[in-house]
Amino acid sequence: MNIVACVKRVPTTEAEVKVAAGGKALDTAGLVYMISFYDEIALEEAVKTKEALGAGEVTVLTLGPADGTKEIRECLAKGADKALVLKDDAWMTRDARSTAKTLAAKLGELKPDLVFMGRVATDRDNAAVGPMVATYLGWACVTEVIGLELSGQSGKARVETEHGVETVEFTLPAVITCNKGLNEPRYAGLKGIMAAKKKPLDEADAAKIENQATIVQLALPPARKEGRIVGQGVEAVPLLIQALRNEAQVL
Amino acid sequence: MTQAIVFVEHAEGTPRRASLECVGAAVAAGATVLAVLTGTGAEAAAPLVAGASEAIVLTSDGYSPDAFAVACADLVNARGAKAFFAAATYRGKDLAPRVAALLDVNPFADCTGLSTEGGAFQVRRPWLAGKCIATLGTSGAVLVATTRLNAFKPAASGAPASVTQVAVTAAPKVRVTGIQAKAGTRLDVKEAPVVISGGRGLQDAEKFKILEDLAAAFGNAAVGASRAIVDAGWRPHNEQVGQTGKTVSPQLYIAVGISGAIQHLAGMRTSATIVAINKDKDAPIFKVADYGIVGDAFEIVPALTAAVKAIKSQA
Repeated sequence: MNIVACVKRVPTTEAEVKVAAGGKALDTAGLVYMISFYDEIALEEAVKTKEALGAGEVTVLTLGPADGTKEIRECLAKGADKALVLKDDAWMTRDARSTAKTLAAKLGELKPDLVFMGRVATDRDNAAVGPMVATYLGWACVTEVIGLELSGQSGKARVETEHGVETVEFTLPAVITCNKGLNEPRYAGLKGIMAAKKKPLDEADAAKIENQATIVQLALPPARKEGRIVGQGVEAVPLLIQALRNEAQVL
Repeated sequence: MTQAIVFVEHAEGTPRRASLECVGAAVAAGATVLAVLTGTGAEAAAPLVAGASEAIVLTSDGYSPDAFAVACADLVNARGAKAFFAAATYRGKDLAPRVAALLDVNPFADCTGLSTEGGAFQVRRPWLAGKCIATLGTSGAVLVATTRLNAFKPAASGAPASVTQVAVTAAPKVRVTGIQAKAGTRLDVKEAPVVISGGRGLQDAEKFKILEDLAAAFGNAAVGASRAIVDAGWRPHNEQVGQTGKTVSPQLYIAVGISGAIQHLAGMRTSATIVAINKDKDAPIFKVADYGIVGDAFEIVPALTAAVKAIKSQA
């Protein structure tokens, strides 16, 4: 089975964010990056699926910066067989459509049976690229998957909505976006790290697709109104109740 | 007037609040709303969609997001609609990007603001789980967007003048074949007006009982958790609030024993009122809290539960 795991390099979840002068872009100076949290789950599911079948190949596909190969090598160390970087140093400024169309064009050439992605990239939080890629290619897509069973050219996934758990059936080729709970991503072992050095990591220039989204303004969230400590211990409970009833009017 | 098509979810015949908020957002931005519904009870729910001027029930044998998306995109084209909206629920966020791709336009997820500037739509939405806020326009022919729960008000008046049926005809690639409803009536953290979250300060999984009790006293509350708690396996991931969990905007957010890591603050700082209970007076959570109590959660929370119960029993 031909499997692709799409991953994205994003600022770490611990990163403090600054807006660049002019108020239209992030100030990326000094930002520390990681593979998006949910993409680690996607990579793990890709490698697990290959291991369970005992055959196939896992390709890591990323749209990202030329200097981001450290993170991609780590994906190879965790069990992917090869990687392809579609180079774009301005990858974080692309809107979901631009990213999706670029990945869809490449996936159309790679012809995988299964594509795994994170349920959302933790930078722009669109949760859109997976279902968009599948729609552009005319493939099946199940989002936010927490359980997966494959049998031949079809599969069954479990997803969690606000109201319960649903079973979803699909046919291959399919794009699966992965949620926490699907698996526990592995760490790269020494053996994996050594093996990764010899695995193919190819680079190509990413297709240019203009954004439709235009940034009018990018700003830090408005500061919250100064709060106060109403008191210490149990004695403060009546004061809190009073504040919630009379000031905040939420009780 | 600008036409918007809004996907409206319902619970067996009653429109869901999240969808009514989404219709409200479209109406407030100056659009006339055509509501689309589907599933058992859609006929009953359609006339109850406040703010919509028309409703269409899309009929099909079961739900398929891809086939349903084709029907929605066809409707957008047939009506010359300028927008397609859905609430940022599981269903809405699963559907909207598919409709966007069919229309070849960029979608905007989880919007907290929607307006028209010089005849063109603008949205406001958080990036990096709320670490910054983007105001965005689009050069796409149609605005496709999902609206964050609790960020907009339902429309005060108006109801569909007509309800018609249209069949979904596209062949499905994905179909929902089973639904296991959540036990009880517990609300999801994204939709609950009150969220009570616990962190490491609660010491172990059993002690979350005090938060369950407080949630029960409120009646309309959901229990949430910090990342450390979910990673430790004390609570399920669907309760996690923060950058790698859910971002929430309830009327009232009560953080118990949560120190306030930046990735947690990002997920809850848009809550209307924030209360923090923590024994460390220097915990970062107090910087975003409107009201704080310093002290032992195991004494404070039960006292708070008793007080809330007393108030609710008078109401």
